Amino acid sequence: MNFDFSEDVTRMREEAARVLRDRLPPDALRRRVNAGEPDDGELWASLGEMGWLGVSVPERFGGSELGYETLCMLAEEIGRVLAPVPFSSSIYLVTEALLLFGSEAQKRRWLPGLADGSVVGAFALAEGPREPSPRVASRFARGKLSGTKRPVFDATRAGLFVVAAQAEGEVGLFLVEGAEAAVAALRSLEVAPIASRVSFHEAPAEPLEGARDWRAIECLLQRAAVLFAFEQVGGAQGALDMAAAYARDRFAFGRPIGSFQAIKHQLADVYVATELARSNAYFGAWALTHDAPELPLAAATARVAAIAAFEASASQNIQTHGGMGFTWESECHLYYRRAKRLSGQIGGDRYWRNQLIDGLISRQAG
Amino acid sequence: MDFSDTPAEATFRAEARAFLSANAKLKTVEARQYRSRALEPEDIAASKAWQATKAAASFAGFHWPTQYGGRDGAQMQAIIFAQEEDRYDVPPSIFNQSVGMAIPTIMAWGRPDQIQRFARPALHGEELWCQLFSEPGAGSDLAGLRTSAWREGDDWVISGQKTWTSNAHFAQWAMLVARSDADVPKHKGLTFFILDMSLPGIEVRRIRQMSGTSNFCEVFLNEVRTPDSARLGEVGDGWKVALTMLSNERFVVGQAEGPDVEDILAFVTDLELDDRPAIEDAAVREKIAAWWVQAQGLKYTRLRTQTALSRGKTPGPEASIAKLVSATKLQQIASYGVDLLGQAGAVMEGDGAPLNAWFQEALLYAPGKRIAGGADEILRNIIAERVLGLPPDVRADKDLPFSKIPTSRR
Repeated sequence: MNFDFSEDVTRMREEAARVLRDRLPPDALRRRVNAGEPDDGELWASLGEMGWLGVSVPERFGGSELGYETLCMLAEEIGRVLAPVPFSSSIYLVTEALLLFGSEAQKRRWLPGLADGSVVGAFALAEGPREPSPRVASRFARGKLSGTKRPVFDATRAGLFVVAAQAEGEVGLFLVEGAEAAVAALRSLEVAPIASRVSFHEAPAEPLEGARDWRAIECLLQRAAVLFAFEQVGGAQGALDMAAAYARDRFAFGRPIGSFQAIKHQLADVYVATELARSNAYFGAWALTHDAPELPLAAATARVAAIAAFEASASQNIQTHGGMGFTWESECHLYYRRAKRLSGQIGGDRYWRNQLIDGLISRQAG
Repeated sequence: MDFSDTPAEATFRAEARAFLSANAKLKTVEARQYRSRALEPEDIAASKAWQATKAAASFAGFHWPTQYGGRDGAQMQAIIFAQEEDRYDVPPSIFNQSVGMAIPTIMAWGRPDQIQRFARPALHGEELWCQLFSEPGAGSDLAGLRTSAWREGDDWVISGQKTWTSNAHFAQWAMLVARSDADVPKHKGLTFFILDMSLPGIEVRRIRQMSGTSNFCEVFLNEVRTPDSARLGEVGDGWKVALTMLSNERFVVGQAEGPDVEDILAFVTDLELDDRPAIEDAAVREKIAAWWVQAQGLKYTRLRTQTALSRGKTPGPEASIAKLVSATKLQQIASYGVDLLGQAGAVMEGDGAPLNAWFQEALLYAPGKRIAGGADEILRNIIAERVLGLPPDVRADKDLPFSKIPTSRR
C-alpha cells in the first residue's frame, strides 16, 4: 500500500513549512493585514524564485514540473500559515486553465511568467451572488470581450485574466491582459481587499481553444477543488494547532483549560473532521495526478469535507480562545475570515454537495 | 501515490487468496448484510474449526513471534489477510480477543511456562479466551473496579461481578483484573490473573440487550479459589497489565458494521418521495453527501494507516477515529432509513420493512456500538490527550485510598 505523498514530497514539505514559517511569523501577517495590503509581493517573488509557482508547469514552459502531489502539499502549507499570496487564483485556476485548454502559443506566452511569479493570474467567472453557472452575461465577439465580473479574487495585481463569456451560444474561457480591465476593489470578508469588481469594455481577448463549453469549465473547477481542499485542510490544521496550544497554556479555575472535557471534546471533533478532510483530499490528489475518471466525485468529496473542517476549526479556535479570540489583535479572526472566503470561492457547500450526489448517481448509472 | 501492494505484499495476497478459495466460499449478498445476533454452540464449533484451518496454514497470529507460530509482527499481512477473508463467507471471528489481545499480554508479562502453556491452543482455536474487566460500577472508569482478590496461603480467593463479557459462556480461560488492596490509590491496588473458567464459584449469565439479541454475559465470581501461579505480573501491577491488553485492542475493534452510505443510497434511489425519486429531494441529498464524505474519509484514513504500516512506521490513534465516526454514522443512517419509511417505519416485517428490517434492527443495536469497546467520550479524550497533547482531566479520586473514594451522593 502506497497511499501517501512520496518521500521526496515529504522532504520538500519540511522545507516549505520552514520557509513559510520564517518569512511569515504571525505578527508579520497581522501587520500586513492591518496595513491593508492585499498580498505579500516579496513572498510571492521568492516563491517564484524557488520554483514553487511552477510545479504543475512543464520545464519547457519555464516550470519546475515537480507534479501535482507537490502542488497539493504546497497548497496545504500555504493554507496552514494563511499566506497572503494569490496562489489559488494564479496557480489552481489560471495556470491550470492554460495547461488544460491553452494553445501552444498561449502557453509559451503566459506560463513562464505565471511560473516565475512575474505575472499574477485572476479568474473571472462570477457575475454576482450565484453558484458557478453557465448563465453569464459577458460576451465575446470578433476578438473583443465585454462584461462585468464580481467578485474576482486577486485582481488588483493581475497581469492576466481568464474570463468566462458567451460566444456563439456557448460559454467559454478567454484570455484578457490585465491592462485591459478596469478593477475596483471591494470591501471583502478578508481584512485585505482581495475581492474586486472587474469590468471589460470591448477588451481585446482570445479564446482558450479547449474551453468552449460549460463542461470544460466544470472540469477546471473540479481540478481546482482538490487544490482548494488542500489549502483548506492546511488552514484547518493551522487553526487547530493554535487552539490546542492555547488550551494547553491557558489556565482557568486553577488548571489548564485543555484539561476540561468541554474543550477536549470540541477539539477532538475538529481533529476528526480535519483528518477525514485530509484523507479525502489525498484521494483527490491521487485522482488529479492520474487524471482518473473518479476525479469529479473525488473532487466534490474533498471539497465538501474541507469546507466543513476549516469552518469548524476556525470557529472552534475563536471559542477556545474566549474573549481574546474575538479581538482584532488575535490571529483567530484571520483563520475565520479565510475559512469562509475559501468556502465560497469556486462554489460553496451546496454547489459541491450537489456535484457529489450527481457524481454518485452517474456512478450508479455507469 | 497509488493503491498497489509492494511486490512482497502482492505475493502474500496471492497466497492468501489461494488458501481462501481452497477452503471457503465467497459471500452472497445476504451474507454481506451484517446482522447482530447471538452466537450458538454450532457457531463456536465452526469458528474453532476455521481458526484451526487458518493456524495450520500459518494464516493466524500474524503479529506473534515466529517461535509461537506467528509471522513476527507482519501487521500488513494481517490486514491483507483480513481484507481477503472479508470476501468469504467464513464463521464469525471469535478469536480476535484471544489471539489479538489475551496471548500477546501473556507474552509481555507471563512466565515462559505460561506462554508455552497457552499460546498454541489459542492460535489453533482449541481454547477460547474472554476478558473479565468491566463491572456494573466500573465501565469507562475501569480502574474503579471492585472485584476483590485476597491471599489465603498459596491461593487467591476472588469475589465480585464482571459484565459486558463477550463469549464468557463459551470461553475456557479469562483475563481477569481484580482489587488486591483497597487501601492504596485505585490504580495501584490491582492484580491480574489468568482464570480457569471451569473453577467452582463462577456463574455465567447472558445479558439481553435492547435489540433483543444477546452478545454479552455477566460473570459472578463467588469465592473462586485459584493458585498464585495463575497470577500475571506482580501483585499491584494489574493496571499496567490491563493497559497492555487494552493497547492491543486497536487490532481488534474496528468500524461498526451495518447499513452504510452505499446501502441507504441504493435505498433512496429506488424509493419515491412526493411522487419523485427520493434522491432528488434536497434534504435527502444533503444527508447522503455528509455520510458519503465521512465514509470515504474513513476509507482513505485506513489506507493512510496501512501505508504507514507498509513503510514500517507505527500508526497513530486512527482506530479511535474509525470507531467514533462509524458508530454515530451507523446510528444516523439507521434512524434516517426508518424515517424515510414514514408511517411504516415502526413495522419490522413485510413490505413495511425493506431489506428485511435492516434499518430497524441497526437502529436498535447502534446505540451499543457507541458505548462498547470505548465510549464516544473516552475516544474523544484519547484523541485530545494523545494526539492534541491536551492535559489529562483533574481526577478527584487520583490520590485517595480506594476505600475512601465516594461512590454516591451520600
